[in-house]
Amino acid sequence: MSHEHRDDTGARFGMWVFLYTEVILFSGLFILYAVSLSKYPVQFAEASHKLNIYFGTVNTLVLLTSSLTIALAVSALQLGRKKQTLILCEITIALALLFLVNKYFEWKAEIGHGIYPGSEHLAEMGAGITVFFNLYYFTAGLHGLHVLIGATLITVVSVLVNKDRVTSDRYVLLENSALYWHLVDLIWIFLFPLYYLIL
Amino acid sequence: MSEHSHEPVPYRTFVLIWAALLVLTGITVAVSRVHLGALNVWVALGIASIKSGLVIFFFMHLRQESRLFRIGLLVLLSILAIFIGMTFLDVLYR
Repeated sequence: MSHEHRDDTGARFGMWVFLYTEVILFSGLFILYAVSLSKYPVQFAEASHKLNIYFGTVNTLVLLTSSLTIALAVSALQLGRKKQTLILCEITIALALLFLVNKYFEWKAEIGHGIYPGSEHLAEMGAGITVFFNLYYFTAGLHGLHVLIGATLITVVSVLVNKDRVTSDRYVLLENSALYWHLVDLIWIFLFPLYYLIL
Repeated sequence: MSEHSHEPVPYRTFVLIWAALLVLTGITVAVSRVHLGALNVWVALGIASIKSGLVIFFFMHLRQESRLFRIGLLVLLSILAIFIGMTFLDVLYR
């Protein structure tokens, strides 16, 4: 066997460093949220009521479950259970798509009510509510983009698992994609109560 | 040549963590329906932090990683605390 340069711990740490920067990116938006909330507490509560708590809760359950399935996929591959790994990856991808479909219907309904950045209806409701919805669309939109990227990554990795390029002996690519997916879940864990559950 | 690969985490552990996350989600939703004033946000953030801890330490295998990874997380949290603290020092005392 030819000598191969390989550093799995380094690869994982590199992924973690990247994820730290992702947290910094989103924290900017959460700080904007916090400052605006302290400025417009009443309007934020009123605006939050307009969001559909059922969509938010279902999507929380979807993401938490998808985090479970991808974590299980890593264990399954470590144990050399290729078929199980593939099934778990596929369930994760399906849940990611379900999340996006839910988001589509949620946003469709809201846009149908005239609530979208730059709408006249929103402008009539005043500054506080406009700020809430602008931040909501931007943060949830950026998060949705991450869901799409994560699902794409997991799709690519499951193709590689299928071709035996990612195996029980070298699975850092699956691990790193799983780490990315967990970050997507982490951001939603904060996004959900802050946007959907404010009284 | 397997270098520093982790022991596979048993499925059971992950399923238990998932169940705990679902319970905590239920608690967040339930508590948010009770008027506690400004406390609502802090309770929501507290529960979200516990949930994040579970995801980071178990799902993301931080428990199995070397100290370097934990120091990295600590540095990140310190940066965030400074970032948030400085912002509010400005905003609240303008």
